[in-house]
Amino acid sequence: MINCKEAVARLWAYLDRHLERVQERELEEHLGLCRHCCGELEFARQIRERLKGSGAADPVPDEARARFDTLLGGLEKAR
Amino acid sequence: MRVEESDGRSSGGPGSDREMSAGPSLHIQSGGGEAPHGRGEQAATGPGFEQVVRPHLEFLYGLAMRLCGNRTAAEDLMQDALLRAFRAFPALRNRERPRLWLTRVLTSAFHDRLRRPDVETVALEEDLEFDLFDRITEEDPFPYSDRVHLDFLDLFDDARLLEVLQGLHPNLRAALILAYVYGFTAREIGEIMGRPLGTILAWLHRARKSLERELWEYAMSRRLLTSQAEAGV
Repeated sequence: MINCKEAVARLWAYLDRHLERVQERELEEHLGLCRHCCGELEFARQIRERLKGSGAADPVPDEARARFDTLLGGLEKAR
Repeated sequence: MRVEESDGRSSGGPGSDREMSAGPSLHIQSGGGEAPHGRGEQAATGPGFEQVVRPHLEFLYGLAMRLCGNRTAAEDLMQDALLRAFRAFPALRNRERPRLWLTRVLTSAFHDRLRRPDVETVALEEDLEFDLFDRITEEDPFPYSDRVHLDFLDLFDDARLLEVLQGLHPNLRAALILAYVYGFTAREIGEIMGRPLGTILAWLHRARKSLERELWEYAMSRRLLTSQAEAGV
């Protein structure tokens, strides 16, 4: 069975579904017996959720939007 | 998706080694002779440049903000990317997935402006040794909490997370943001960043470890944790 170090190294790839089937089975076998690595897995999920959540609505500030509008309008005219 | 000479990689940056410190001023004709014919012309059967780009402006701006870490640099990067995209647009054959193409153009512009060499593909041992989960458990900065790891993450609002991301090498930062903020697959990131899949997977692995370290170091340097945790440094 894989050890904790190897298991932890695979967690994000596991969540990304990047592992080979064999690697995945080895990890799941380890997780079934190791509370510590289950905690690591949950923490990895939480970090990913935090990153994903940071990508929510990101309005362009008015000043920047005006700058881009001017640019796009200028490009249209320059064609 | 096949991108036809459309990421502007060879057009260069502002000639500065400083990270995103300055950008070009607004010059519509700053293409400098590149693609002199048919700039931004609407394909006979497709939408025009502005139609293609406008729906993605907010996404591009958000990406630029996360890559650059501040509004001024993000706006300069956006302008650079829009000009590059405009010049490359006539050669773009497949206009069905513009977001991927625009992401590639912006990421390429970001890379060129930084002029930083690629991070080593093989992660350094010290990067891989750090384990944030274990460090939080050992330091126990929230001794009365039964959700200590979540409490740690709760220290990081969007503004702080943006600062933390700036501590990562630009390759790692870009890969991490594209994958975990915006949900691009590793294969798509390879296409966006012009690197093989194996390199992207290695970068993502290293990026995750770097992020863990940066989160911890940020929390310590800003004294976000209790003095009990600080004593353990």
